[in-house]
Amino acid sequence: MSKSPPTQEEVARHKQTNVMLSRVAGSLYWMSRYLERAENLARLMDVNLQILLDFGQVSEDILKEHWLPILRSTGDEDLFFELYEVADSESVMEFLTFRLENPNSLLSCISNARENGRQVRDQISSEMWEVLNDAYHYLKATDKENLWDGGASAFFDQIKCYSHLFQGITVSTFSRNEGFEFIQFGKYLERADKMTRLLDMKYHILLPKVTDVGGAVDAAQWQAVLRSASAVEPYRRFYVADILFAKVIEFLIFEDTFPRSLMFCLEQMDDFAHLIADTPAGEYRSDGERRFGKFLNNLHFTTAKDIINRGLHEFLTEVQIEISAFGGHLYDTFMYHPPVDMQAEIRFHQQQEQQQQHRR
Amino acid sequence: MLFDNYQPENFFDEMFTADGTIRPHYRSVAAAFNDVDANEFRNKQTAVEASFMRGGVTFTVYSDSQGTERIFPFDCVPRVISAEEWEIVEKGLIQRLTALNLFLHDIYHDQKIIKDRVIPPQYVLSAKHFRREFMHFEVPKDIYVHICGSDLIRDRNGQYMVLEDNLRCPSGASYMLENRAALKRTFPELFKASGVHSVSNYPAELLKVMQYCAPANFRANDAPNCVLLTPGVFNSAYFEHAFLARQMGIPIVEGRDLVVRDFKVYMRTTAGLVKVDVIYRRIDDDFLDPSVFRADSLLGVPGLVNAYRAGNVSLANSIGTGVADDKVVYYFVPHMIKYYLGEDPILPNVDTFLASEPADCSHILANLDKLVVKSANEAGGYGMLMGPWASKAEIEEFRKLIEDNPRNFIAQDPISLSRHPTWTEEYGFEGRHIDLRPYILYGEKIVVTPGGLTRVALKKGSLVVNSSQGGGSKDTWVLRDSVPE
Repeated sequence: MSKSPPTQEEVARHKQTNVMLSRVAGSLYWMSRYLERAENLARLMDVNLQILLDFGQVSEDILKEHWLPILRSTGDEDLFFELYEVADSESVMEFLTFRLENPNSLLSCISNARENGRQVRDQISSEMWEVLNDAYHYLKATDKENLWDGGASAFFDQIKCYSHLFQGITVSTFSRNEGFEFIQFGKYLERADKMTRLLDMKYHILLPKVTDVGGAVDAAQWQAVLRSASAVEPYRRFYVADILFAKVIEFLIFEDTFPRSLMFCLEQMDDFAHLIADTPAGEYRSDGERRFGKFLNNLHFTTAKDIINRGLHEFLTEVQIEISAFGGHLYDTFMYHPPVDMQAEIRFHQQQEQQQQHRR
Repeated sequence: MLFDNYQPENFFDEMFTADGTIRPHYRSVAAAFNDVDANEFRNKQTAVEASFMRGGVTFTVYSDSQGTERIFPFDCVPRVISAEEWEIVEKGLIQRLTALNLFLHDIYHDQKIIKDRVIPPQYVLSAKHFRREFMHFEVPKDIYVHICGSDLIRDRNGQYMVLEDNLRCPSGASYMLENRAALKRTFPELFKASGVHSVSNYPAELLKVMQYCAPANFRANDAPNCVLLTPGVFNSAYFEHAFLARQMGIPIVEGRDLVVRDFKVYMRTTAGLVKVDVIYRRIDDDFLDPSVFRADSLLGVPGLVNAYRAGNVSLANSIGTGVADDKVVYYFVPHMIKYYLGEDPILPNVDTFLASEPADCSHILANLDKLVVKSANEAGGYGMLMGPWASKAEIEEFRKLIEDNPRNFIAQDPISLSRHPTWTEEYGFEGRHIDLRPYILYGEKIVVTPGGLTRVALKKGSLVVNSSQGGGSKDTWVLRDSVPE
């Protein structure tokens, strides 16, 4: 059965519905980023709470040693010590989960995701909105006591679940238009950035004593890193091997069949950026695109061994800079419009009005 | 049975006659509810509230720093309007909106109604929302008010009356649609036997109206670019703005998304500037264009008025329509109907006294404890004195206000609004006062959506139905066919 050709009106209507406000693009992008951030945070906390259970009785020092790198990896260590004196499980959990003063706490992330969703409610599907809304009300209805009594693990699972549900619903209810591209770009950018921070955590902490490398503690820690990236099972299936430092790095950075690996995320960013900019695959038309393309290309010729030789931390820092530069480029090009200078606009239009009257 | 202990008391009850018989057009609803027990009803009521919360069908409580969100309380018993009653209401509303549009055209052009001394000139020219700047301006298709929500009440005898007209940015249409959806989810069996008109066409009709009033110089073969202009997410009606925009499939924009160049309006998109042709604005005149009206407003778009004047963009509703919902001008609407259409009003006004008429004024001042006093341009239940329920201090405060500025006040006898069975946690079903806001759209022709927003004063004895003052709402049914007696 052949489709009848669209009428002129339909074509015009189609053009209209495919117009996207820059503000809307920005909101979709941030909505998606914040939700992805929340998911990563939930996983990170869940895993670390469970690791602590393996330690048995722990001293204050061990707790501090355990939580500090995690705080550092989120980039909010200074803020934490403005609000708290000691970094123990409870204070860190509260800070990362409920504190609104922390712009990257779970509650802040989910609130921001929802607020961005609310600003574009006319654009997203009802189902997407309802998940954001549900997640927000779920978090609001939980407090610190509740969390400890009711089982933190179930709580964090639920948060991850909301994020998965949201992304799944997006794939099955959101038209494959420009808006979708901004949502995906935001998701993969956030995921790539979080992957670098997760790997870097191991550098901060977990940097074991030389004698421990390859030992049981080291393996447990690398396993925690894998679990924080939902990667234990895929890793095992891929290597059918013990958890080894070099292999974990190779998997989490280069394995482009695994949807949370750095390479996978960076490739997706590149793809969606091409769609957004309407640039054919393989071509690079602006400085921002060229810079990212070059970086990605270089990465294809880099091995895990190169990275280890050069220093994992140094490598990750460079990746973070590239991700942030590329995100900024896309934001400036498509999502941001410099705010209007209201007073200048008002003067301009008043003058125009006077000239009109003069002519009349 | 749920309605067994129900007392209509000494009021006009929508569902029951004075002797307690169920009115014919409520029979099927009553029968369906009779199969429901109190527990089940309570559960359904809770479920419907949860679904509103989940869907974010809420408004934000401004005074609360936590940004608390509340749902607009919803009562599951629908208000039913018979086919015969609706026919009268519909005709009356079409007649009224026709006259109001003729009035707006007249006072912004020749002002015949003033010259013929039907309305004293000072009332029009001193109206707060009269826009002198728009004298002799030709609005597209001669339509000033595209979206109107007139509030109707029924008195002790069941007579429908117009309480006020909302000709600026009437809100609530989204609740009309959400209430219907909620009731369908909760009590699907109610609908089967009843034959209820659907209201779901409202957004499509609204879009048609917008497209119809596209600028005159618009190329006939293109679909005009329509947008909905909102003050933003912090506005208490933002839910409605987003809801309607989504239903119509048009962009919702804020002032900062628009820019005016060469007397044309553009929106700032990922593909650069795109021209806008029709704006359904949910911002009042005062805030629409800071280069013309209030310069301190950050909500509007500088240059918008110039673009409108140049005929490059259409606005729904037009600028300056508020003059016709001034409560002093309201007094004269029946005269307008007579003057422009040569017809008697189908829906009467509520008897009204004008404080600016000396004789009326002394009557008002002498009877402040018996009257309802309203300021001419307030909405949402603000700026009101409910005389019989007011304290001495409140009465004296209003006395002073009226003496200082009589132009700004009217007074009405308190109307005993009709009541409707409404669920209460303490007593089961009890009568609560209600009103009705139907939605009237004016495009190629005038269309009244068969239904509307029924608001309920949830507090026992209260006559105030505004959501900001503790009101709730109900689904409103208009029956397709007449029901035998």
